[in-house]
Amino acid sequence: MGFEKFGHISFTSQTKVADFVDYLEKGEVRGTQCVSCKRTFFPPRADCAWCLASEVEWVAVEGEGKLVSFTKANYAPTGFEADAPYILALADFNGVRVFGRLSNDVPEKDTKVGMPVKIKPISLPGGQLSYEFRTT
Amino acid sequence: MPNDVAIIGVGQSSFVRNYEGSIRELSFEAYKEAMLDAGLSNEDIGASIICSAPEYDKQRSPAALVAEYLGLIPQPTFYVETVCSSSTTGIRVGYSLIKSGLHDLVVVLGFQKMSEISSADSQERMGRGADIMWESPFGTMMPAYYALHARAHFDRYGSTEKDLALIRLKAAKYGKLNEKAVFRKDLELDQVLNADPIATPLKRFDCCANADGSSCLILASAEKAKELSKKPVWIKGLGSAIASQTMTGRETLDGLSCAREAAKEAYNMAGMTPQDIDVAEVHDCFTIAEMMAYENLGFAEPGKGPELIKEGETYIGGKIPVNVDGGLLSKGHPIGATGGSQVRTIVLQLRDEAGDIQVPGAETGLVHNIGGVGIYGNVIIMGR
Ligand SMILES: [Zn+2]
Repeated sequence: MGFEKFGHISFTSQTKVADFVDYLEKGEVRGTQCVSCKRTFFPPRADCAWCLASEVEWVAVEGEGKLVSFTKANYAPTGFEADAPYILALADFNGVRVFGRLSNDVPEKDTKVGMPVKIKPISLPGGQLSYEFRTT
Repeated sequence: MPNDVAIIGVGQSSFVRNYEGSIRELSFEAYKEAMLDAGLSNEDIGASIICSAPEYDKQRSPAALVAEYLGLIPQPTFYVETVCSSSTTGIRVGYSLIKSGLHDLVVVLGFQKMSEISSADSQERMGRGADIMWESPFGTMMPAYYALHARAHFDRYGSTEKDLALIRLKAAKYGKLNEKAVFRKDLELDQVLNADPIATPLKRFDCCANADGSSCLILASAEKAKELSKKPVWIKGLGSAIASQTMTGRETLDGLSCAREAAKEAYNMAGMTPQDIDVAEVHDCFTIAEMMAYENLGFAEPGKGPELIKEGETYIGGKIPVNVDGGLLSKGHPIGATGGSQVRTIVLQLRDEAGDIQVPGAETGLVHNIGGVGIYGNVIIMGR
């Protein structure tokens, strides 16, 4: 339980990596790392398919990332209409890739592939938790 | 170059905005055409494979219901789903059923009635085809995912919105000639470039039209094909691969690795190279998808896709004509029916029965059909 705080519309609330939400609440974005092979996973996984092992540790995604690609979505799917437009993006933090939204403070014309971004946990209306990319 | 399984009958309904009938009636339109084409009756068929994307169907487990309406009782039926590539996955299953010796005549039927639910709902459900835990919560839709790929391609190779618009103009030109296409209008460059942005850099005309439709193929063993068909079209190569569903698991976004892998397998099986292909149908759900297909199938070097379209090489008369039936962009994209419709176009080309859009002397054709945003990739090579 707890993972429903990260969700929105027909969402799964049960996962072994629900601690992700507890870290968001504490102001951190974390992925997992396999204890034996040291592969880092984002999105976090509870199991390592390469070692067939289920011992993972939480590791922070932090520092300066780079924008891999982005798009300004002018239309939103059902349930997200009030949010549009918003910028969806993929960013790379030293080899760990994260999908999310870019902060509304950053206009599209100032958004460039390769630009540096940071990742920040955020609170949404209704007690939901998420994260976003920022430029400052 | 194996000649073990042939396609001996093809059929397709018109692709329309709102089909005024049920999914079983829609399916019957393609089935009737394919069976008449092959000259078969129901009792000849050994098994059926029914393909659709279930998120649009109100009916649960539609395979038996559709098979029953087609008169295929008591033959076994199977439901196959890989979203937009469902019916080419159906061909892979059908090929295996025949090659294994279990059956010698198999029906592969794809259908989709996308108008059963609203467009917003359909976009939301397509979003559910992405990772619902880690991506859907950000409000993702198909155009946005392909837009991320377009931006990455632009950034790495210097391709432009205009290059993509040229692909749309080609689709419009050929769609106009296809009486089964949903979009049969010409487009002007300015119209495409100035259209409403959906997910930048993709605009309205960079996106294919949702449609209702069905497709049907009759697969036959070598023995049956020789006995029953004057013009069998042989499956020479099959390739299938997947890529990470989450964008985070993809090494690059400027191409689709599932398509590259599937193409490699299909070319190997056929003992062919991209230069051997005379005509191709590629999965242009968005203009950028066709651009990436040029490169992922080896018709152009990575980054050189724009040159192919700028030089008109993918028109009839060019080096490698692509989507001369209007593609998904103009013909329409009824998810579960799309792959079968692409194969039908190639079969007609190789039988020299494609009418206004015939590529003269086409002997070898290729289909590239992608499920989701580069999640499932199927490539099929066919020959006379
Ligand atoms: Zn491991």
